[in-house]
Amino acid sequence: MTGELLVFIILFLVTITGGLLMLNLTKVIHMVMALVLTFLGIAGLYIMLSAEFVAVVQILIYSGAITIIMLFGIMLTKHTEAEPKTGWAKKGVVFTGIVLFFLIMFKGIRTISLGPQAETLHENNTEQIGIMLFTDYVIPFELVSVVLLVALVGAVVLAKKDEEDEKEGEQS
Amino acid sequence: MSSVPLSAFLVTALLLFCMGLYGALTKRNAVIVLISIELMLNAVNLNLVAFAKYGVGASIRGQVFSLFTITVAAAEAAVGLAILIALYRNRATVNVDEMNTLKK
Repeated sequence: MTGELLVFIILFLVTITGGLLMLNLTKVIHMVMALVLTFLGIAGLYIMLSAEFVAVVQILIYSGAITIIMLFGIMLTKHTEAEPKTGWAKKGVVFTGIVLFFLIMFKGIRTISLGPQAETLHENNTEQIGIMLFTDYVIPFELVSVVLLVALVGAVVLAKKDEEDEKEGEQS
Repeated sequence: MSSVPLSAFLVTALLLFCMGLYGALTKRNAVIVLISIELMLNAVNLNLVAFAKYGVGASIRGQVFSLFTITVAAAEAAVGLAILIALYRNRATVNVDEMNTLKK
């Protein structure tokens, strides 16, 4: 067993453990915290795939920003102490369907091999991504900034208190 | 050279996707449903990065695409949370099976 395989197995176990904990814990905050484990494991897998920049972005955006925004969502809404249970029948049907999906996909990708791997991705990884973003993908890059702006404004408008509705509510 | 085969990464991503799908379909708390969707998007990102190294015509493009996906996922999480809070203010619930006004 090589060291690389060992690192992969550790990261695999971290990632899957986080996901399983998310499904099985009862308190909502604990579920989100378990997801942080998964996000960190995925960042490790990115480094193994010689994608250092994407790994750092993953830690910043997912382990940082999205987890905190989800925690805000939990704290700003009122929760019963534990997650209410779903019926066993529905759970069984969903579980069976997902296991079938998993088996079919697993049969397809078990022995896949697509020729030689890229050898130069780790050399100046960030520089390569930057060059690609500002040459081939400059239009999608600018469009993504518009998407972020619209999402920012949209989130503020949606979450803002609706004052007209409130006045009507007081009168009636 | 890497000694871990492509299928190992793909199976990891498949497991993550299945767990995210199960969570999104069975959990009743809307925050957990949102974060399960994030988990599924993460599985897709892992596939993109894996194919950027091992795929046919492997190049840096897969990583650039995964960056775009991460951006859109962050925007989706922000808007989803805003909708959730607006809904909570009007209905005082976060359970997805009580959000059934259109059904009535």
